[in-house]
Amino acid sequence: MTTLILNRRKLLAAGGSVLAVGASGLLLPANAQGFAATESMSGGANNYHAHKGAPIVERIGKGGFVMSGTVRRAGDGMPLSGQRIQIWAHTVEGREEDRRSHGATLTDKNGAFRLEMPQIIPIFGQPHGHLAYDSGEFKTVFLRPIMRSAKDTSLEAHFVLQPA
Amino acid sequence: MAPARIALIWAVLAAAICLPMALAATSPYLEWRDAIYITACFAGIVALGLLLIQPLLIAGLLPGLSAFRARRVHHWIGGALVVAIIVHVAGLWITSPPDMLDALLFRSPTLFSPFGVVAMWAIFATALLALFRRQLGLRTWRITHMSLAVVIVGGSVVHGMLIEGTMETMSKAALCALVIAATIKVTVDLWPRKKRVMRPTESS
Repeated sequence: MTTLILNRRKLLAAGGSVLAVGASGLLLPANAQGFAATESMSGGANNYHAHKGAPIVERIGKGGFVMSGTVRRAGDGMPLSGQRIQIWAHTVEGREEDRRSHGATLTDKNGAFRLEMPQIIPIFGQPHGHLAYDSGEFKTVFLRPIMRSAKDTSLEAHFVLQPA
Repeated sequence: MAPARIALIWAVLAAAICLPMALAATSPYLEWRDAIYITACFAGIVALGLLLIQPLLIAGLLPGLSAFRARRVHHWIGGALVVAIIVHVAGLWITSPPDMLDALLFRSPTLFSPFGVVAMWAIFATALLALFRRQLGLRTWRITHMSLAVVIVGGSVVHGMLIEGTMETMSKAALCALVIAATIKVTVDLWPRKKRVMRPTESS
């Protein structure tokens, strides 16, 4: 019985992963199907609200780890420049809820962002980061990407935003 | 039983539980965790270790303990399990309240969380039912307890194995395998096969 439940959960998880991979596939420019809006991830907003509006910084702490990604408009996939993305994680320099773990950056003219931050360390059983688009013009999105390995020194997250 | 064999059994048990803890104590992640989070992690590891002792005790598989003594220790360790889980959850709650809340409400993004939470409730249910086991009747109590034990072990092992944390993978897998093996053996051995009056020595 336990095995059955386990298998079903794993199947659900695998199905979820396939959906997630499929959704991120939509972000590739080569995909001509149009750009579906990114949904907030479960747990993505955790430890955000006390530090909402963290300052735009050159890098968070001493750096050493790269968080990067893109911000596009839903539908036509047009890159959105000047969009503020807030980033935080449990790192070698602090916990998610610490002010010093939070920082923000703006997308460039290609809709890309890149922010150096301290090395992410697994917390709550998974090495993961948090990103937020929460500026009002588009619908708020919280992402919680997971690193393939805790030893990775970079992580990507992509936003496709729809009007608020 | 030969003294050498007795010593060997206890040595293997001690190693199976202490080695994963010792290796977890050398985890590089500890450097970036505070005392409360580390305490919460180790409470979880201790609880996993206690899950190995429980079935061995109650089935009389640990040499050198009388059946009465083994049963008493089983009760105490059951209580210790409840305490360990409370420390585990409380410590994680203090470390990151929203993440713990997500787990308890079954909306966590991590697959291992619901397995842990189900095991937690099964442990609490077992402890509560244990207080009323005489009213339940021996057969009902055994079936209920052993069913819950299977949920506890299954949930805890999946929970532990899916977590990327302080435990070293091989020692964690070995401990989990032993917990599963002990649980299967004892469940099969002790499951009431037909309705009958238990011998007085089997009553608790």
